Amino acid sequence: MTDDPGAPSAPLQEATQPYRLSAHRPEVSARRARRFGSWYYAEHVLRSMNSYRWTLLASSVGTPVMYLFAMGVGLATLVDQNSAGAFGGVSYLAFIAPALLASATIMTAATEFTYPVMDGFKWRRVYYGPHASPLSTDQIAHGHILAVTVRLTAATLIYFLIVAAFGASPSATGVVAVPVAVLSGLAFGLPLMAYSAGIEEDRGQFALVMRFIVTPLFLFSGTFFPLDTLPVFLRWIGWVSPLWHGTELGRALTYGYHLPPGLAVVHVLFLVVLAVVGLRRARIVYARRLGR
Amino acid sequence: MISARQLSKHYGDFRAVDGISFEVPAGESFGLLGPNGAGKSTTMRMIGGVSQRTSGELTIMGLDPEQHGPEVRAHLGVVPQQDNLDEELRVRDNLLVYGRYFGLPMSYLKPKADELLEFAQLTDKAAAKVDALSGGMKRRLTIARSLINEPKILLLDEPTTGLDPQARHILWDRLFRLKESGVTLILTTHYMDEAEQLCDRLVVVDKGRIMAEGSPAQLIREHSTREVLELRFGSERNTTVAAELQGIGERLEPLPDRVLIYAHDGEAALEQVNSRGLRPLTSLVRRSSLEDVFLRLTGRSLVD
Repeated sequence: MTDDPGAPSAPLQEATQPYRLSAHRPEVSARRARRFGSWYYAEHVLRSMNSYRWTLLASSVGTPVMYLFAMGVGLATLVDQNSAGAFGGVSYLAFIAPALLASATIMTAATEFTYPVMDGFKWRRVYYGPHASPLSTDQIAHGHILAVTVRLTAATLIYFLIVAAFGASPSATGVVAVPVAVLSGLAFGLPLMAYSAGIEEDRGQFALVMRFIVTPLFLFSGTFFPLDTLPVFLRWIGWVSPLWHGTELGRALTYGYHLPPGLAVVHVLFLVVLAVVGLRRARIVYARRLGR
Repeated sequence: MISARQLSKHYGDFRAVDGISFEVPAGESFGLLGPNGAGKSTTMRMIGGVSQRTSGELTIMGLDPEQHGPEVRAHLGVVPQQDNLDEELRVRDNLLVYGRYFGLPMSYLKPKADELLEFAQLTDKAAAKVDALSGGMKRRLTIARSLINEPKILLLDEPTTGLDPQARHILWDRLFRLKESGVTLILTTHYMDEAEQLCDRLVVVDKGRIMAEGSPAQLIREHSTREVLELRFGSERNTTVAAELQGIGERLEPLPDRVLIYAHDGEAALEQVNSRGLRPLTSLVRRSSLEDVFLRLTGRSLVD
């Protein structure tokens, strides 16, 4: 604004005149929704998450600090004293840090693709709002995934920064472990999303998933010790586990653990295939359930 | 504006909607009246472009919702039977995120949200969490939300079910204003008074079929008499006394709890009853309502 007394007063008058609000035409709504609908729904989910931002931030910082102190510092001191060199010449802290990073991402993904999905279809029926709008069922599924991906990326980045602060990511490529962990989260989370979307009645299935799938994967995916130290008949848990594939990649990135390039490609492919299969399945279930 | 021809929706063997046809011109307020499970909501979901039909034709603004889903839904405002507000968001934010689904910019949405909150009498709740609202307030918020894109057609699926009488009257007032401003209303209800208050024209639906069609007054005129005499003889005698009432009025309807006599002049009918020496416990003369139309057409009452 200017204080120049000679300035014309017309703009001021215009601003005080009553104006009519009017929405753009339905055709414009439809065109924009077709193009950006997934982002519109992601925006909604992120706003919902935003109302919990302090809780989310506290757990994103608290969890890594707690784990890294307890295992990485406490337990690691003991391990390093007794078995120096057992982990490819790096400290135990550096060995478990990428595994803890990927597992935290997977656990967050497991939470975001279970109860909120049930909430969308059944409890508060949040999906049915956008479903009546120009958005498609695919876009509702994609929007949910986009928002969760944003959340996973933010939380994983915070985790990584704390890992780095503990000096547990000596390699320059360390930060690439963040997108790899997010990919692992989606590889686990998207098939779970498809499963959650098919559940009509909550009979504690999610608690079972946590207890009998997430927890064993966390313990037996080469997280705390190399997978080779497990008896052969238990190693398959690691092979099918997104966490193991993500962790192997993470180790190569954070401390230069030797991973043949061919194997690295297999790890990435495994994660991508799981995520894509889960996504396709989820889209089918979303369309079927919302369109009934 | 809306045209349905032989519209059907089957779930396996069950025919939820079984060949219904109707036309709704612009600006009309059109109702689907029927009991629970008559196929009203299923019809609404097909009009709303969220449920696929089994057969028949359906166009909204000349568009088939199955081929042009986003385009059709962009024209509509939808108030579903069950509220699906995001309870984690604040009242005003619910309007904003909903408006974003239509690609509407924040510069439009912010003042529009305030305008709609005022319309829904929720201005002082703008920053409240949705869980803190009463049922009637949530309903009004859902209606406000459905108006964010300034739709020309508003679909209301049982808008006042579960609300107390005062909350219903506030809602009716708001809906009436929308009707006056030229919005086409399509609503389902199983409340007679709601249909009479809000609908220019309605279809009576039962078991997925249309039983009758017309304005509330027209339907009453065609399917009922001007007045109804309600007699109660006590639950033991209601059916047995019916034989003794034969010949009074135009038609007799013995129900478990009362006997209805359809007559042009209810008082005159009551005098005839008295002159036959029959002494009902209570008697009441009233105008015919859509309930009587429904009873006549289906042999059942609307709300069980």
